[in-house]
Amino acid sequence: MSTDNSKIKLTKNSDQAAAPEKKPAEHINIEGSEMTESLIMVRNLEKHYGSLHALDGVSIDIEKGEVAVVIGPSGSGKSTFLRSLNLLEMPTSGEIIFEGVNMLDKGININLHRQKMGMVFQHFNLFPHMTIMKNVTIAPMKLHGKTKEEAEAKAHELLKKVGLDDRANSYPAQLSGGQKQRIAIVRALCMEPDVMLFDEPTSALDPEMVGEVLEVMKALAKDGMTMVVVTHEMGFAREVADRVVFMADGKILETGTPDEIFSSPKTDKAKQFLASVLK
Amino acid sequence: MNLLLDAENAGFFEKLRDRFVNCFIEDDRWKYLANGLAVTMKITLGAVVIGVILGFLVAAIRATHDKTGKLRILNFLANIYLTVIRGTPVVVQLLIVYFVILAPLGVDEILVAILAFGINSGAYVAEIVRAGIMSVDNGQFEAGRSLGFNYVQTMWYVILPQAFKNILPALCNEFIVLLKETSVSGYIALQDLTKGGYIIVGRTFDAFMPLISVAIIYLVIVVILTKLVALLERRLRNSEH
Repeated sequence: MSTDNSKIKLTKNSDQAAAPEKKPAEHINIEGSEMTESLIMVRNLEKHYGSLHALDGVSIDIEKGEVAVVIGPSGSGKSTFLRSLNLLEMPTSGEIIFEGVNMLDKGININLHRQKMGMVFQHFNLFPHMTIMKNVTIAPMKLHGKTKEEAEAKAHELLKKVGLDDRANSYPAQLSGGQKQRIAIVRALCMEPDVMLFDEPTSALDPEMVGEVLEVMKALAKDGMTMVVVTHEMGFAREVADRVVFMADGKILETGTPDEIFSSPKTDKAKQFLASVLK
Repeated sequence: MNLLLDAENAGFFEKLRDRFVNCFIEDDRWKYLANGLAVTMKITLGAVVIGVILGFLVAAIRATHDKTGKLRILNFLANIYLTVIRGTPVVVQLLIVYFVILAPLGVDEILVAILAFGINSGAYVAEIVRAGIMSVDNGQFEAGRSLGFNYVQTMWYVILPQAFKNILPALCNEFIVLLKETSVSGYIALQDLTKGGYIIVGRTFDAFMPLISVAIIYLVIVVILTKLVALLERRLRNSEH
């Protein structure tokens, strides 16, 4: 078990004392400067698909180092919300201010901002025509101008941490679902993002493979990575989340610590949902 | 009985040999086929290059429009191109390109044929490639974009390599069709393989030998092409497992 833990440790600095302390979700005011700004500030996000109102005035701040877990019944708009954060879905209106830049402003280069937002998909979406090594190094090489050696050194480091360094020369089709998802996480991490977005990362996995992916995500959270996670894994939400966000009908109905949401939900919808998933 | 058959057989093979000599050896008539084959290959290869470039360009325009709704005007033009080219016979296109557009300028016939067949093939390649692009799962596209690749980079690194593998058989088929279609080049006074065979028929009044030979030459090229593509396909497939 202890070897397992060291394998999935994702911290770069071996300074154990400094890393694991997670910052609480609060504004840290350093010498009265403008440091009150959150990493991501979402304001009045709206999304219409024809007559469907997928996002209905969603506003939320994601703090640096925070792990926000979004839960809710299917069709609640939680995936749409997550995919709006890096504009895979174009919101109809609203603001998404990431690192001080409104991503919905015309004339910004969305590709530069996406490089700082790693994304992990339900269906992995690894590139089937590339080896694992190519999958995880192509973006840093082409986009960050890293040499092959630099990119591969970083890749080996991360692959070791998820326990898959020996599969570097395999193709995605040769891996199990859990392995693919761990590679997908490494692929996103190789771009050294400031935030990681997870879109139901374990929903397409066989039950016995869910654990290995969640372990990697836990280690990542422990390292202080900012994470927004859409998931049905209530255990993960309870254990790892700094904040649980409950969505229904395209709105955020409740946010709070896992304890607040799971033990004493305020809205009927949340009570209903939690009763059905936690039985 | 047996003797009679032998004698008849000997007569048959002798006759065949005589006809062969008459059609191909005398006056070096085989050169009609050899030179014709060279012309056919030149036209086909040139047209393939133009067809692929044009086809990928048009497919990129159409797929981009399908995916993002951009490039409205270019997509409109591409649609006109596809409709006109696919809606008219290639012979008519060849004749128009030659007599209406390029003959007055004194352009070389082979170049005319390369252009005409290339433009024609481009329309078919475009639809094949577009279908290939659309057949790649949209998750691949999203994964590329989420890493920070722009649209063109995502197409180039992620989508097209996968699309190419899917469309290889259809693409090869298109080239085989193209090779055979060039047999109408005689219409603009080009001496391609088919025309070469036909000239021999005119000289020798023997239709069988030259025409069967022409058919066999086309067949051999097509079979070789098919084998090569099967080989390539297998290699591409192996790279995934």
